[in-house]
Amino acid sequence: MDAAGYLELGVGAVRSHRLRSMLSVLGIAIGIAAVILLTSIGEGTRRYMLAQFTQFGTNILGINPGKIDTLGIPGVFGGTTHKLTLDDAESIRRIPGIEAVAPVALGQARVAGNGRGRSVFVYGATPDLLEVLKFQIGQGSFLPPGDPRRGSLVAVLGPKLKRELFGEANALGRFVRVADTRLRVIGIMAPKGTLLGMDFDDVAYVPVTTAMRMFNLDEVQEIDVSFAHEGLSENVAENVRDLLVDRHGGREDFTITTQTEMLRVFHRVMDAVTATVAAIAAISLLVGAIGVFTMMWITVGERVGEIGLLRAVGATAREIHGLFLFEAVVLTVMGGALGVLAGLGIALVIRLAAPGLPLYTPIEYVVAALTLSAVTGMVAGVLPARRAAQLHPVEALRGE
Amino acid sequence: MIELDGVQRSYPVGAEPLVALKDVSARIAKGEYLAVMGPSGSGKSTLLNILGCLDRPTAGSYRLDGREVGTLSADALSEVRRHHIGFVFQSFHLIGRLSAHENVALPMLLAGIPEDDRRARISTALDAVGLVHRAHHRPNELSGGECQRVAIARATVMRPHILLADEPTGNLDTANGEQIMRLLERMNADGLTLVVVTHDPNIGRRSDRVLVLRDGEIVQRVPGRELRPDALFESRA
Ligand SMILES: Nc1ncnc2c1ncn2[C@@H]1O[C@H](COP(=O)(O)OP(=O)(O)O)[C@@H](O)[C@H]1O
Ligand SMILES: [Mg+2]
Repeated sequence: MDAAGYLELGVGAVRSHRLRSMLSVLGIAIGIAAVILLTSIGEGTRRYMLAQFTQFGTNILGINPGKIDTLGIPGVFGGTTHKLTLDDAESIRRIPGIEAVAPVALGQARVAGNGRGRSVFVYGATPDLLEVLKFQIGQGSFLPPGDPRRGSLVAVLGPKLKRELFGEANALGRFVRVADTRLRVIGIMAPKGTLLGMDFDDVAYVPVTTAMRMFNLDEVQEIDVSFAHEGLSENVAENVRDLLVDRHGGREDFTITTQTEMLRVFHRVMDAVTATVAAIAAISLLVGAIGVFTMMWITVGERVGEIGLLRAVGATAREIHGLFLFEAVVLTVMGGALGVLAGLGIALVIRLAAPGLPLYTPIEYVVAALTLSAVTGMVAGVLPARRAAQLHPVEALRGE
Repeated sequence: MIELDGVQRSYPVGAEPLVALKDVSARIAKGEYLAVMGPSGSGKSTLLNILGCLDRPTAGSYRLDGREVGTLSADALSEVRRHHIGFVFQSFHLIGRLSAHENVALPMLLAGIPEDDRRARISTALDAVGLVHRAHHRPNELSGGECQRVAIARATVMRPHILLADEPTGNLDTANGEQIMRLLERMNADGLTLVVVTHDPNIGRRSDRVLVLRDGEIVQRVPGRELRPDALFESRA
């Protein structure tokens, strides 16, 4: 029998029991729909997060005070700890390969000006921050170069903050008040939008020393470092660690996070999500396979007479086997296709209902889902098909 | 030409194997019309199934056109059935979800005959049994007689040279049975070897030759026209 024969007989048999066929593949359809949906959300999130992470480039690392491993659990820690200081930042600058070093002292404060006020994050920074974060200045200039310990009384506003305080009017040269300190506005940032949940358009930048004074800080919360290219990541991190350990009296009382490592952790998390989805897929396909197996087993029992007839008109045992196996595959692929359509449909509805939610369905996943359902059919159909093929023609003819 | 020599078929049931056919020898000439008669359980169907290569003798030899087929593999037997043998059953054995047309198409589908060819041959076969107008009806929309005519079209569409019918009129009334027998006899007249298992002495009398079986053995071989009404009864003695 050729492929057309299998197609005609197999599809015909499935179609003759529409409702029953549908019900038997419901499990597979639901499973595949769930997998398509979950992988769409997972992949969407992965892509979204990746885009956000790599905005800053992969050639940067961050240093924070305190020893915290990548899982966010503080290490056991005793004795005196050294602060992370501007001097630390200055000394790091001398490490070869390093392009910019940006110490950051962060505080939240009310910024008032033009008779209005607004509570925002205030970044104590140096001119290097612009280079490290790859932000653009929109108007005026960023923080002035020179000795970071000087702490001049100037501020650079995010465009949203500027608009909230000064509207469309020119803000350059005007004054804002932050925690009782009067600062002259020297620049407005270009719009940047939200990154990792933080609205960078609604912040103010002031010289790091000014911020430390305003917020009563005796250390910086972070030193961001950029270097020539990602390949240097480990090398630079190693040099920074050696240098700071040396400066901090032999203690590693700080944490270095490279972007490379962040991405590795992120991918590990996403892989765990993928594994969970795969487990759900496996379970639902198993349940689906049992449904199809049951249905096919019953079908073979009901069609003993038909099997006998097919044998009488010349079908070999192998052809009977192939026919029932093919029928099972037709069923599961139908279920798989139904599931893919349902999954994509629900994804579309979600996208319409919640446009912000990142959703992405790689075509490979759709192909994989359909392939997987075909394989499920083969597995589920093996025993029923064997049962059909092993029937003796005479017994089968009598068995109706 | 069919040659059976010392054919035996036994089933391993319990300690003593059940012998359904013992030492059956017979020649059936090409184009012959043979009736197989005998009481129920005498081995008629068993004999027919062996003739049709649906079953194999447990001993003895079965030569079909000079070729030993009793020892062929299951796949080779399928091949023989596909091309040389047509079956007609008492219970029709039509597939309920398929139309008459599709039922007749089955053997050709299995043999991989191209679609265009199939169409023409189905028309011819349905025409021969007078059912072209019923081609797209399902079995449940056909009468018993019509069902058996579809089955005959299916049995002959591959142009076999042997037609085996196991009580083909058993489920039909006299008029329909008569019509079916006439169809089969016409095909025999066209050169088809016809073997009919029957309980009906009237059919036996119309055949070229009657084999009477009892307890798995041939107890009588007579030309059909010589079959007396009490022949079956007599053979029990
Ligand atoms: N698969 C089987 N197992 C055991 N005995 C069988 C089997 N098939 C047939 N028989 C026996 O073989 C004998 C002949 O059966 P069968 O050829 O069907 O008779 P008939 O068609 O003449 O009524 C019967 O006694 C029957 O019970
Ligand atoms: Mg019988």
